[in-house]
Amino acid sequence: MSTPVHTLDRVVIRFAGDSGDGMQLTGDRFTSDTANAGNDFATLPNFPAEIRAPQGTIAGVSSFQLHFAGADIKTPGDKPDVLVAMNPAALRANLGDLKRGGVLLADSHEFTKRNLAKVGYQSNPLEDGSLADYQLHALDLTGLTVASVESFGLGRKEASRAKNMYALGLLTWLYSRPEAHTLEFLDRRFAAKPQIRDSNKAAFLAGHAYGETTETFAVRYEIPAAPAPAGTYRQISGNRALALGLMAAAVKADLPLFLGAYPITPASDVLHELSKAKNQGVTTFQAEDEIAAVGAALGASYAGALGVTTTSGPGMALKSETISLAIMLEQPLVVVDVQRAGPATGMPTKTEQADLFQSLYGRHGEAPLPVIAAQSPADCFDAAIEATRIALRYRTPVILLSDGYLANGAEPWLIPDLASIEPIEVGFATEPNGPDGTFLPYARDERLARPLAVPGTPGLEHRIGGIEKGDGTGNVSYDPDNHEKMVALRQAKVDGIVRDIPDLVVEDPSGEADVLVLGWGSTWGPIGAAATRVRNAGRAVATAHLRHLNPMPANTGEVLRRYRRVIVPEMNLGQLATVLRATYLVDVKSFSVVRGLPISPAELAPHLIDQIDSLGGNQ
Amino acid sequence: MTGLAQVPLALTPINRKEFVSDQEVRWCPGCGDYAVLAAFQSLMPQLGVRRENTVIVSGIGCSSRFPYYVDSYGMHSIHGRAPAIASGVALARDDLAVWVVTGDGDALSIGGNHLIHALRRNVNITIMLFNNRIYGLTKGQFSPTSETGKVTKSSPAGSVDAPFNPVALALGAGATFVARTIDSDRKHLTEVLTAAVNHRGASLVEIYQNCPIFNDDAFAGLKEPDSPAVVPLVDGQPVTFAGGEQAVVRSGDGTLIVRPTAEVDAGDIVVHDASADDPSVAFQLAQLTANQDLSRSPIGIFRSVDRPVFDDEARRQVHMPDDRSAALQELITGPDTWTVA
Repeated sequence: MSTPVHTLDRVVIRFAGDSGDGMQLTGDRFTSDTANAGNDFATLPNFPAEIRAPQGTIAGVSSFQLHFAGADIKTPGDKPDVLVAMNPAALRANLGDLKRGGVLLADSHEFTKRNLAKVGYQSNPLEDGSLADYQLHALDLTGLTVASVESFGLGRKEASRAKNMYALGLLTWLYSRPEAHTLEFLDRRFAAKPQIRDSNKAAFLAGHAYGETTETFAVRYEIPAAPAPAGTYRQISGNRALALGLMAAAVKADLPLFLGAYPITPASDVLHELSKAKNQGVTTFQAEDEIAAVGAALGASYAGALGVTTTSGPGMALKSETISLAIMLEQPLVVVDVQRAGPATGMPTKTEQADLFQSLYGRHGEAPLPVIAAQSPADCFDAAIEATRIALRYRTPVILLSDGYLANGAEPWLIPDLASIEPIEVGFATEPNGPDGTFLPYARDERLARPLAVPGTPGLEHRIGGIEKGDGTGNVSYDPDNHEKMVALRQAKVDGIVRDIPDLVVEDPSGEADVLVLGWGSTWGPIGAAATRVRNAGRAVATAHLRHLNPMPANTGEVLRRYRRVIVPEMNLGQLATVLRATYLVDVKSFSVVRGLPISPAELAPHLIDQIDSLGGNQ
Repeated sequence: MTGLAQVPLALTPINRKEFVSDQEVRWCPGCGDYAVLAAFQSLMPQLGVRRENTVIVSGIGCSSRFPYYVDSYGMHSIHGRAPAIASGVALARDDLAVWVVTGDGDALSIGGNHLIHALRRNVNITIMLFNNRIYGLTKGQFSPTSETGKVTKSSPAGSVDAPFNPVALALGAGATFVARTIDSDRKHLTEVLTAAVNHRGASLVEIYQNCPIFNDDAFAGLKEPDSPAVVPLVDGQPVTFAGGEQAVVRSGDGTLIVRPTAEVDAGDIVVHDASADDPSVAFQLAQLTANQDLSRSPIGIFRSVDRPVFDDEARRQVHMPDDRSAALQELITGPDTWTVA
């Protein structure tokens, strides 16, 4: 039997189930197949902080959204075209997002009276006609899965756990994907557990066969490969890219990499990735707390390694005293903040960009440091190298901002060639630089950077510390004029980094825009996608994106003043907007979303159109 | 392997003066810190290792100014965090002699967490804990080792805190080298510090140190010659004190008690064994300290045992590839790729 195949431009699929249902794994697998099919894609995992939240409840729903297309895409998409709901809670939590007319695949087995009641359904939505607006496919996924793995002698509960693979098999068929990749994956993943391996493979193939042999689906789909620059690609998540970027930076600087970290969501995967890389010469230190983590990283930096610490907002707060010490010492240090929704514990698994103020200002005393932000999962690699380059070149701690969306989201990555990345010159001091063969640890080069002499260097013995130091000598100094001079020098050094920063680039295809949308960090994708929609709706709009938050590119003020209106979308209450207003005296407008989810282009685009139209300009 | 085994040896002899920096020492006149600094500067040349391979990391407090006065590498860091920073230094480099200088407030109050974890991990560092039982730099508040009832500016009605016993704390944290000495006994101080730095792993040396300004004579009772309050601990020797008139014996319920030597069988006197694998006797000896008034205090090396050293073990797991770029390129590329022509 052959089902007709329709070609689609793009599809957004959301897998949703209990947090123990394997939705993240299922989504991840489907993403891999999507990558292999040459589609462009972006993903959004969304899961509860609880490891096993109460079964069948809204709080326990875990989902994974995948947007894939035959064209360049920037976000995980707005409303799903396809929703896989493994239970009533997953349906209730996600149905509101499903497009009218979208495909809804539900496991009818889980729609029991008890499960329905748990989430407040009076009657079974699969049967009461309330889902008439959708293409509903209610299958007994559990029953079908159990039947398909009968021969492996598993208990019913064990057997039913393969239902995510059954669903994956069905979707693999529906979207015309080859089965081989997932079968190979299951071979690798469960190599040590043959029974689990074989039952998962059987469930996957049974799901695929179900699509092929039943007439449940009238059509199947294919999405052509997206045009992309030639080269070899892989799928990459933000945290993995960040770990690789730190390793690449260490290789390029010819320093051993030292990570001091304390486990914290959503940054822990960077610790995990680097802990796996001991055969790359990477040392990881899981410290007793956030303070010790940054302390050890600072100590390792002092001893001549590339010192790095990774954390999220609450951990940043704990590290701030040590970061201030690093500023005073003028010691290189890379501090990674994978931001999450705060304050306090907030929503650990949900994304936010509300640590910008903390990064720029959250220290005691006059304590300037460079801040840079990654804009996409793959960009975390480049941003890590850039942060390291600045830290080592200017002998300063650098804060690198990522967030939960970038950390867990994935996209295709044109694999970089390490040889093409510029080396990072560290240039440790080996000779005296002062009169009579003395060493002046706080003498400065043309960039105002000081010499670094690592312990073990004969003749350059010296002491550094948190007490204000005399200009040049680094000796303890309480002299008022000296303090004022040192405060100014530390500020001037950081300000001077602007010479290494490329100008802000504005994208305005028509050249007629009155409105500039300026973003930073992970809003890059949503802003780009919204701008495309605005332009498709016949309006001109300009976009620009800040990688460097401190210092900002030299032309930032000039760019801001060039437009009649500047809109700054942020996942906070307007932190960058506040900084821009204070720094450049431009009346920028905030577009603020703090829902723990990335900004949706579907929300942003109409707002931009309203703003443009209100100016009565060029359309 | 000793604590200094991987530290390069000095090619020519070094003298004490080479460990004296050009900075003016700014402790109060009569401060016990002077004695410790002098002992340290004298013992360093005798260790035979290169001066430039010595790193001193300190926290905050009077004693933490120590690194400024020693002409080696040093970092005066932040309050309580020296063990964490020193752990990073030790983990990053096996060729450095890493010292931590800290005080009772620095190590036991604000930095208590880092202290116990450095000891638990057995990082190859030597910790000098200057205990003056008072906050000096902030001008005289009670500290975590001050006696209960201490009247200070922040406890005008008397402190209601119970004091820490730093030796017992270190033993409880699993420390492999724990000792107590006193600023006024130069010879003992030097011996203990030498043993501590040669121990591979974390060494904690509590140094009773007099603060003449805010807590003068806190240890006066321990400083008289042949003070009956000092219980000297000598490895392999029966534990007696007060000119041999008092002895430490095991009571019927298993605890250690003090009895006049004349009233006990010589064979019942506890013989000190610092290298005993089981720390419980060392812990019991620590309990002989009269935390409140120091009317009795064991002095010496309580415990010195070999256990795997954190930084050695961590380094053993790390392998730097010969061609870092090639190895990393392979990791960056990963197993699952696709090609766009």
